[in-house]
Amino acid sequence: MTAPAQFAQAPVVIRASQVWKSYDEGSISVLNGIDLEVHKGEAIALCGPSGCGKSTLLHLVGGLDEPTRGTVLVDGKKLGRSRDMVQFLRHEVGFIFQLHNLIPDLTMEENCLLPAVAAGTTHAAALSRLHELAEHTGLKHRLKHRIQKLSGGERQRTAICRALMNRPNILLADEPTGSLDEKASSSVFDLLLDLAHTEGVTLLMATHDRGLAAACDRVLEMHDGRIRTDR
Amino acid sequence: MIFFRLILVNLLRHKIRTFISIAGIAFSVAAMLTVVTVLEGAVGMFSSILSSGSELIVFERNVSDLFFSDVPQSAKDAIAGWAMVSHADPVLFGVVSSADHPIITCFGVTGEDARIRNATWVSGTADNFQRGGNLVVLGERAAEFLGASTGNDVPIGHGMFHVAGIIRTHNGFEDGGVFMPIEEAQKFFHKEGSSVITIKLRNKEDAAAFKAQVHRQYPNLIALEDAEFSRSYSQFKILKATAWAVGGCGLALGGLGVANTMIMSVFTRIREIAILRVNGFANGQIAATIFGESAIVAVAGGLAGLAIGAMALYALKEVPALHGYVDVTIHPLLMLIVVLLALLTGLAGALYPAAYAMRIKAVEALRFE
Repeated sequence: MTAPAQFAQAPVVIRASQVWKSYDEGSISVLNGIDLEVHKGEAIALCGPSGCGKSTLLHLVGGLDEPTRGTVLVDGKKLGRSRDMVQFLRHEVGFIFQLHNLIPDLTMEENCLLPAVAAGTTHAAALSRLHELAEHTGLKHRLKHRIQKLSGGERQRTAICRALMNRPNILLADEPTGSLDEKASSSVFDLLLDLAHTEGVTLLMATHDRGLAAACDRVLEMHDGRIRTDR
Repeated sequence: MIFFRLILVNLLRHKIRTFISIAGIAFSVAAMLTVVTVLEGAVGMFSSILSSGSELIVFERNVSDLFFSDVPQSAKDAIAGWAMVSHADPVLFGVVSSADHPIITCFGVTGEDARIRNATWVSGTADNFQRGGNLVVLGERAAEFLGASTGNDVPIGHGMFHVAGIIRTHNGFEDGGVFMPIEEAQKFFHKEGSSVITIKLRNKEDAAAFKAQVHRQYPNLIALEDAEFSRSYSQFKILKATAWAVGGCGLALGGLGVANTMIMSVFTRIREIAILRVNGFANGQIAATIFGESAIVAVAGGLAGLAIGAMALYALKEVPALHGYVDVTIHPLLMLIVVLLALLTGLAGALYPAAYAMRIKAVEALRFE
C-alpha cells in the first residue's frame, strides 16, 4: 500500500495492521486482515460494493469501534481503552455521514457549535471559527436557520463545518454525497476536498461514486473485507 | 447556552409529554403541600391550645393521648403553690356530641384560664363564666352550628346547658368548641382531676428546675416545655409522619412519571445521543443533558405545584365545614423543602435513563433508525 510521491515523505497518521473485525462471535466477518498506511494530508477514497467493510474501517479508524484482531494506530498511538477516546473524538477526528446526522431542532450555528461545546472552547473562539468555516462553505446567511429549512446540499455542508469545527487532523467521511443529487454531490465533494487541503486535514472517504473518488490522491478498492487494489 | 438549548429542545419536541410530566410533579407537590400544611396547621392549632398563656404542660406520663391523661386535683393545687409558678391552670379535655354534631371538643377550664381571659367576647362576659353552675361558653363557630345564642339552653351530650356567652378565638378547635367550668366538666366526664395543667412560670429560666421537681415529686406525671411537647407528643408525630408519608407517596408517583418521560426521551433519541458522542460529548455531558431535562421538569412542576397547592388551601379555607380549622400559612421552609424534594425526585427519576444513555455505543446507535 503505497502513497503518492508527494506524500511519501509525510508522516504516517493512520496505520492499520492486520485488522480483522467480526460480529456474532465470528459468524459475521466484515474485515479480513486490513493493512493500511495513510500519510498526513492525503485524500483517500474507499470504494467497493455495499457490505465490503468501508464504513466499518472508518469506524475503527475513528475509534468508534474496536477491531477483533490487529491494531489501529493514529499518530503512532494505538486506539482503544488505554487512550482517552473522548479527547480523541474531540480533537483528532471529524466525522461526516451520509445522513448528515444533524439535530433538526437546532439551528445550523448551534449544530456546528456542538463539538466546541463538548471541548469547552470559549463561545467567542467557537463563533469565530464557525464564521470562518461558514464563509468558506457559503453558508454564512444560513447560520440562524433551522436544519429543516436547509437543502440537502446545505445540510451536508453544515455537517462538514461541524466536523472541522475543532480543527481535527483526520476527516472521516462515510458516503458524504450518497444522499445528494449529482450537482449537489459534486459541489459538496469539491468543497470537502478543498477544505481538506486548505486545513491540511487527512481525508479518508467511503464512496460509491467512482467519478468523485478519482479526484482523490489515492483510491482503495475494497472487497469482502480486504483491500484489493491501491492506486 | 447551547447546552441549555439542547436540553430545552428535547423538552419542546414532545410538548404534551413534557406537560404531562410537569403536571404529574405539580399535582404531587400540590398534594404534599396541602396535606402537610393542613396537618401541620392542625397540630399547630392544638399546640396553641395547650400553650395559650403558658410555657409548660404537665400531664400523665406515658399516655398516648391527652384525652386519657388524668392529673389529680391535689397535684394541681400543690404545683400552683410552688414559688416558681405564676399560674397553674387545669384543663380537662373531653369530646361531647349534639344532635347533628357527633364530635365537639369540650374544654373544662377555670375562669382565670387564659383562653377565657384573652378571648374576644362576642356576647356575654367572663364574669358569667366565673359564677359556675350548669353553663357553657361557646366558641363562635360552635354557636353557629348549634344555632345557639347567649341566654339559650342547648342540649349537649346527656345534659342541657345554659349558654353564658360566645367567644371568638383565632384557633379553629377553640372556635368550634365548648367551654365548661372545670367543676362541671369533671362531673360531666366523671373525672376528678384534669387532663393537663398548663403552667406559667415567674421566670422562664426555671423551666428545667420545674421539670426536675415534677419528676421528683410526681413520678407518674411529666412536665414538658411547649416546643418540647409539640416535638415529642406521639399523636403529633403520627400526624406529621402521615402527612409526609402521603405527600411522599404522591411525589414518588410524580417521580415515576418523570422517569417514564426521561426513558422515552432517551429511547426516542438514541441516534441523537450517538451524534453527541461522535462530536466529543463525554458521558458526564450526556448524562447532564438528561438530568438537566428532568431538573427543568421537576422544578417547573414544583413551582406549578406550589401555586396549585396554595389555591387548594385557600379553597379549603373557604369550605364552611372547615372554617377556622385550616391554617393556610405556607411556611417558606416548607415550600423550599417541597421544591427540593421534587427536584430530587426528578433527578432520581433520571438516574436509569442517564445510565442507559451513557451506555449507548455510537457505532451501534448510528445504525439505529
